Amino acid sequence: MRSRVLATLLALVVIGATEPIRADDGLARVQASGRLRWGGDVQGGEPYVYQDPHDSSKLIGFEAEIAASLARRLGVRAEFVQNDWSNLIPSLERGDFDVILNGLEVTSARRGRVAFTQPYYAFTETLVVRRDDEAVHRLADLRGQRVGTLSGSLAFEILKAAAVEVVHYEGVEEPYIDLEQGRLRGVVLDNIIADRYGLIRPTLRAAATVGEGVYAIGVRPDEPALLHALDGALAAMRHDGELRAILTRWKLWDAQQLSVITAAAPASEGPARGGFTPTHFVLFLRGAGFTVLISTLAMLLAVIGGLVLSVSRRYGGAVLRMGAGAYIEIFRGTPLLLQLYVLYYGLAPLWALSPLTAAIAGLGMNYAAYEAELYRAGMQAVPLGQTEAALSLGMSRGLTFRRIVLPQALRIALPGIANDFIALLKDSSLVSVITVVELTKQMTITAVDVRGWLFPGLVCAALYLGMSYPLSRLARRLERRLSPVPT
Amino acid sequence: MNATPVVNVRGLRTRFGATEVLRGVDLSVHRGEVVAVIGPSGGGKSTLLRGLNYLTPFSAGEVEIADQRLWPGMSERAHAAELRAVRLRAGMVFQGFHLFPHLTALGNVMEAPRRVLGLDVADARARAVRLLERVGLASHINAYPHTLSGGQQQRVAIARALAMEPEVLLLDEPTSALDPQLVGEVLAVLTDLAVGGQTMLVVTHEIGFARRVAHRVLVLVAGEIVESGPAPAVLDAPRHPATRALLGCL
Repeated sequence: MRSRVLATLLALVVIGATEPIRADDGLARVQASGRLRWGGDVQGGEPYVYQDPHDSSKLIGFEAEIAASLARRLGVRAEFVQNDWSNLIPSLERGDFDVILNGLEVTSARRGRVAFTQPYYAFTETLVVRRDDEAVHRLADLRGQRVGTLSGSLAFEILKAAAVEVVHYEGVEEPYIDLEQGRLRGVVLDNIIADRYGLIRPTLRAAATVGEGVYAIGVRPDEPALLHALDGALAAMRHDGELRAILTRWKLWDAQQLSVITAAAPASEGPARGGFTPTHFVLFLRGAGFTVLISTLAMLLAVIGGLVLSVSRRYGGAVLRMGAGAYIEIFRGTPLLLQLYVLYYGLAPLWALSPLTAAIAGLGMNYAAYEAELYRAGMQAVPLGQTEAALSLGMSRGLTFRRIVLPQALRIALPGIANDFIALLKDSSLVSVITVVELTKQMTITAVDVRGWLFPGLVCAALYLGMSYPLSRLARRLERRLSPVPT
Repeated sequence: MNATPVVNVRGLRTRFGATEVLRGVDLSVHRGEVVAVIGPSGGGKSTLLRGLNYLTPFSAGEVEIADQRLWPGMSERAHAAELRAVRLRAGMVFQGFHLFPHLTALGNVMEAPRRVLGLDVADARARAVRLLERVGLASHINAYPHTLSGGQQQRVAIARALAMEPEVLLLDEPTSALDPQLVGEVLAVLTDLAVGGQTMLVVTHEIGFARRVAHRVLVLVAGEIVESGPAPAVLDAPRHPATRALLGCL
């Protein structure tokens, strides 16, 4: 019975796994379901596809209009599927949506994984620098400097070839904030983004155009009929002027677009990619090094901070007690991700922390709240008789705490502390949102690089286990050696 | 025994909410004297003893231990120095031992002399070893409390209290938590201390021990001392009905 269930489950998994590679074509599926599911990321913001500021239930943007028009021409309706931008291609392969229609630059590397329609927009890559940074005129002037861009974008490929230090971002606003703060020397992104998010800042200027390319719709390579139908619909949009009308309405029309309207533009050349190489492994080790560094220092901060908090809460006056209580509730009750954003971007105008400092401080401050509660529970578990015995010997309250209560409380808390350290090791992957490339971020970058998640994912998992398993063994040994004594 | 008493208590009252646990207790203990407090459970014996070093605050009256005063309304934070002065002079032995589980027998005894009196390691160690020998634990100085029997733990606790060289030792039912066969070894140590002239105030149920060792016996019933006097007089010819009931019961 049990094995039958297992076999059924296994079969389902196999079917599930092979589904995206099925041979029947997507066009029939789209028509049968009556909808064209198009994937994109609203975090890309205006003017691509984003929430209508006047009606947040509606999505607008030039791509939303193109999608609606294409769907209409195919006789179906358009349905948007939100997806993290840098993972659009893997999601398309998984079958989460029918097409990618979201600033997807045509590169030769991507051609290996997706089939592109004719382009619908031509862009350039704009290098933006600070206005007072007059020495920069070309990308070559930034050799060895920190330059920001979006993970997995064409600009990223250009930067990788340019011997600069690439800093990764997930959103379009953040790189320009960091450029203004001096955390970056330059930002390279598509001109649409540069115009709307970078050059509106008076302190920034466009230094150069460092590349050009086109956006096109991405389709799974095994669905030629869908590709063909979309190309037909796009051609019709070009022909009857609707594409031009949409681009004009969104103030995106310029001379460059004529090439798109008149003919298919060639693919921009990104460097070709290979498989997982020893170089990748070295990068993984480097990422793991950052993970260890960040986790260890953050844990140190958390242990000390937690101690201060729990002591304030137990022995402090009313103000200290309330302050510590509020700190714990706030840091425990809000997402770590949010705290990292506020610390790094929110505080930037007042105090521009470096990414590494912000990562360590953010993780440490968050975990301090958890440590404090752990120590508090440990202190409460130490019998009152211990304190009474110490006081009756003439020991001061401070001495009683340090010499009698704390050592016993820490022993009780030790398994929890080790547990938290392991959790922190994994939570440290969140700091990639503030541009620190630790192990998980390195894995996602590599996965895009080698066009596969499985192997880099397994290597990454092995490295995490290699770090956390010895830690839990060590914790067990310590626990045995220091085990709190039954009384 | 005509000098100022080591312990002097006048009109001690302790109230927990609406319940008055001690209703005006007077007592004194002179240097070298052993005083036993007996009485039924719930009569306030432990509250009285714990009041003498302010582990349990009292609500009225006054306590003087070797010329150091305690008064109602003191707080651990505001009167740390005064409380400490009293506690340095009054050693405490608890019913439940309360040894520090993370320290060895030696560590338990050395801790306060080192950290509170400021003795250096060698002196504190010598003192601790001498006291552990005196309570018959010379071969267990490096043992952790959980490896020791109850009787052994209580003897370590007595050595720990003695290490501060208190003027008076307060013992709160020191044998009540022990298996019957372990009671003897602790009483033997206490008898030895009494012979050596150690001033002691002991709350106990061990009538035999009180008869042999105590100079005076107090009977505490419902928060009041109903009878007191030399041990043979109180224990062999009790006058108060409560004392008679108590002794008959035991």
